[in-house]
Amino acid sequence: MTEQLIMLGLILVKLLLVFGVILSMAAYLVLAERKILARMQLRYGPNRAGPGGMMQPMADLIKLLTKEDFVPAQADKWLFLLAPGLSALTALLTFAVIPFGPPLQIFGQTVPLVICDLNIGLLYFLGLSSLAVYGMALGGWASNSKYSLLGAIRGLSQLISYELAMGLSVVPVVMMARSFSLTEIVLAQQQIPFALLNPPAFLIFLISIVAESKRIPFDLPESENELVGGFHTEYSGMRFGLFFVGEYINMVILGSMLTVLFLGGWSGPWLPGVVWFIIKVLAICFFFIWVRGSMPRLRYDQLMNFGWKVLLPLALLNVLITGAVLLWIG
Amino acid sequence: MTATLLFYILGAIAVIATLLAITRKNPVHAVIYLVNSFFALALLFYLLGAPLLAAWELIIYAGAIMVLFLFIIMMLQLSPTSDTIGSGETRRQWIPVMLLTLALATCTLLLTALDPSGAEAVPRWYASPRDFGYALFKEYALAIEIVSFQLLFAAVGAFYIGRPERKKTEPGGAE
Repeated sequence: MTEQLIMLGLILVKLLLVFGVILSMAAYLVLAERKILARMQLRYGPNRAGPGGMMQPMADLIKLLTKEDFVPAQADKWLFLLAPGLSALTALLTFAVIPFGPPLQIFGQTVPLVICDLNIGLLYFLGLSSLAVYGMALGGWASNSKYSLLGAIRGLSQLISYELAMGLSVVPVVMMARSFSLTEIVLAQQQIPFALLNPPAFLIFLISIVAESKRIPFDLPESENELVGGFHTEYSGMRFGLFFVGEYINMVILGSMLTVLFLGGWSGPWLPGVVWFIIKVLAICFFFIWVRGSMPRLRYDQLMNFGWKVLLPLALLNVLITGAVLLWIG
Repeated sequence: MTATLLFYILGAIAVIATLLAITRKNPVHAVIYLVNSFFALALLFYLLGAPLLAAWELIIYAGAIMVLFLFIIMMLQLSPTSDTIGSGETRRQWIPVMLLTLALATCTLLLTALDPSGAEAVPRWYASPRDFGYALFKEYALAIEIVSFQLLFAAVGAFYIGRPERKKTEPGGAE
């Protein structure tokens, strides 16, 4: 009985810890993005709140919380109020299966540094990432506004298209690691990370997650200069904040998935595992921001053509070749 | 004990959500209830020892098919406040549903009457993704292929039945 209680307590502690780390990481990613983008465009970025602008996320939070929470007339009220939470929730839930460090030894007990090591961890991630569409789609539809609806429709079709390529680019990883469990996938790449063993899969996955996170060059669902704000045009206050933070949480989650699936997760020399994991995730987040600072937005037909005519056949071909090579090696 | 309790809770959620999905007039609300019911179903699969099936249920039904439904509904541009479809329903449209429900209820009643302790129920077993995959694509590969062919027939049949009426060629018509 006490064993079970300890396990339950451990899970709760891990949950709280991960929750806090991810939320603060997302908040400071917003600041990092603004700072880095500003430096890339020869500006200073936010530097008024606190030393070097470090308190900017707090200021933003207070501003968003004190703003009026507005529901447009003729909107579907319940869905409108629910949608932002949905989009942040699906992003947060994904982290339950991501292993962020090697098992720890505390008081003679082995504590795996993952909240729940599902044997279908990878499928759980794919399932939740396909559910992430709902927050955006329902929010856009419930606002009862043309801009929102257009943004939501664009987002839906984009996410459906790139999810296929993303799912297929992960298949070789499962074939090489022979498991759906993320911990075992990390353990399978102790020697060589899968990014080096199978670079096409890595590239396809990387492009797909940029599209999944709805960022430049794939930010058509919320392209400011045609759709005002896309699916979150009508949102204000903290509900807009939830959409916004959800996007950055998503960035952290997708970066973690890339780390786990292709970059060897927590493995690395000298430093402890958790530190390596965080370094890798932050590097990927920096890459996301860098891409945003240097790429233009794709046109809609380019986006669709690229997804269906280039990425998808490539991913299928890659599955085929990986299978053949694995058979050949035995 | 907890598993049994969870089973009944999830079962109730699935049934209620599906009922609500059928009776909603607003198609988007119906989609949401249906997604709810798929969720409950996926958790039931997980509870019964088939995690792979649970994940597929979520990815394919909730994540892909219902998203496509939602996409089509949004393309039709129904505003959230208008109850456009299903306004002219009659009692006769309920007959198939009632018949199906009645048949299902009778089966359940017979089952519980014949075997009240549930002793004959399949023993609980756990299908790891590997076992499940082997069973699906090796042991029963032929059966799976045949079933998937049936899906193809159904798709072709639906296309055939739903094809646009060929218009009589009018003189000078644009067709």
